[in-house]
Amino acid sequence: MSARGEARLWVAQRASAAVLGICVVVHLITMIAAVRGGLTAAEMLERTRGSMAWAAFYGLFVLAVSIHAPIGLRTIVSEWVGWRGRGADAACAVAALALLFLGARAIAAVSL
Amino acid sequence: MTQLQVQIWRGGADGRFQTYAVPRHDAQTVLDVVTYIQRRLDPSLAYRFACRVGMCGSCAMTVNGQPRWTCRTHVARVAANGKLTIGPLAHLPVVRDLVTDMREFFDKWARARGQFQPTRTRRDDFARVAPASPSRRAIDVAIECIGCGVCYAACDVVAWNPDYLGPAALNRAWTLVNDVRDGAQRERLAAVVGDAGCHACHTHESCTERCPKHLAPTASIAGLKRASALAVLRGEL
Amino acid sequence: MTSSSWRNRGHAAYGAFLLHRVSGLALTVFLPFHFLVLGQALKGEGALDEVLRWTQSPGVQASEIALVFLLAVHLTGGLRLLLVEFVGWRSDAQKALIATAGGVAAFCALAFALNLV
Repeated sequence: MSARGEARLWVAQRASAAVLGICVVVHLITMIAAVRGGLTAAEMLERTRGSMAWAAFYGLFVLAVSIHAPIGLRTIVSEWVGWRGRGADAACAVAALALLFLGARAIAAVSL
Repeated sequence: MTQLQVQIWRGGADGRFQTYAVPRHDAQTVLDVVTYIQRRLDPSLAYRFACRVGMCGSCAMTVNGQPRWTCRTHVARVAANGKLTIGPLAHLPVVRDLVTDMREFFDKWARARGQFQPTRTRRDDFARVAPASPSRRAIDVAIECIGCGVCYAACDVVAWNPDYLGPAALNRAWTLVNDVRDGAQRERLAAVVGDAGCHACHTHESCTERCPKHLAPTASIAGLKRASALAVLRGEL
Repeated sequence: MTSSSWRNRGHAAYGAFLLHRVSGLALTVFLPFHFLVLGQALKGEGALDEVLRWTQSPGVQASEIALVFLLAVHLTGGLRLLLVEFVGWRSDAQKALIATAGGVAAFCALAFALNLV
């Protein structure tokens, strides 16, 4: 990847980090409130089923994390495992798609 | 008279530590110890020094695992229980004993475009730079680097990423990015971005912790990140 | 070429980096499982409840508290990085920032733990 491309990856990672900053705060508060008195599927789904707002929120969350995490992985793999170049980049792109797919599926599961 | 047990790296990359007994004195520096060994015990020991008063940075070595200026390191501070381990600076090829090959350090400085690019000639008037301007202030806190290599030896990213330009080169580039007289801004920014440049800094702050001149390369590199992010968003990079 | 020693890594910012990287890695490994568990709802409420019951075991609960801490610490550490990189640097504030980040994360994990058990 060119230096310019790597700079763009960095910007994407920081931008997605900013989005995740908000999403994670909401998620932490939701989590901490939700586990009170035990967590059941009914409780969880009552909140998310048919809710456009929650679906949109989780959609944004999944999108941001699918960008953020693989770029971080790419750095770790490059620095600590020594795997760099096209192969490593492709593997991280696959990871991004996998997270996006599994995340979208999870949102569909709890929203529809 | 008490004695210090001093382990010194001898040989090249595949060398080993050799132990010497050195008389302990008050107000003794690590450079004093190395000098004593070379003059009195083993003339074959190779090491660098020049000013011996904390101005040139030539005497930088690894002392008990940390890169330091040996002329400014009192034995009293580092030789707990009378033991010292002295080796060459990390992350640089070892020429022999305590001497490292600094070429890569300075090559990276050049690769980061760490040189001033003039735009005026002697026929032009002097450039006017307001000393209190934010850009000149940014230069002031970073300009005192003397290229000793301590930050480079302290930085783990230098070890993990062979292409990484390193804290000193990037710090110098930052001072030039802020120099309103400089004419190579575009090229310099292109030179310092990416995985080999400022974007590989993970804010370990080891450079800032160890810099003998109390500079903060981490802050300079953060400045480069901001400048390059702006350039990316503007489509200039 | 000699390598840097662990003596060089014994300062707050390095510890913060290590925690940030390890937490990011752990969360990335956890995430697919999280999505798969939630995906169980596709098979109906009962399927999801079955998995949730499995998470009641103390071992899993302890792991969840750990994960919440890792998430919170990655968040606060990340916010600190965004501050350092985009807002600016004050050398006297660095250690305080790191301590605050750690403290807030610990608070979140504690709040979760108290609500969970």
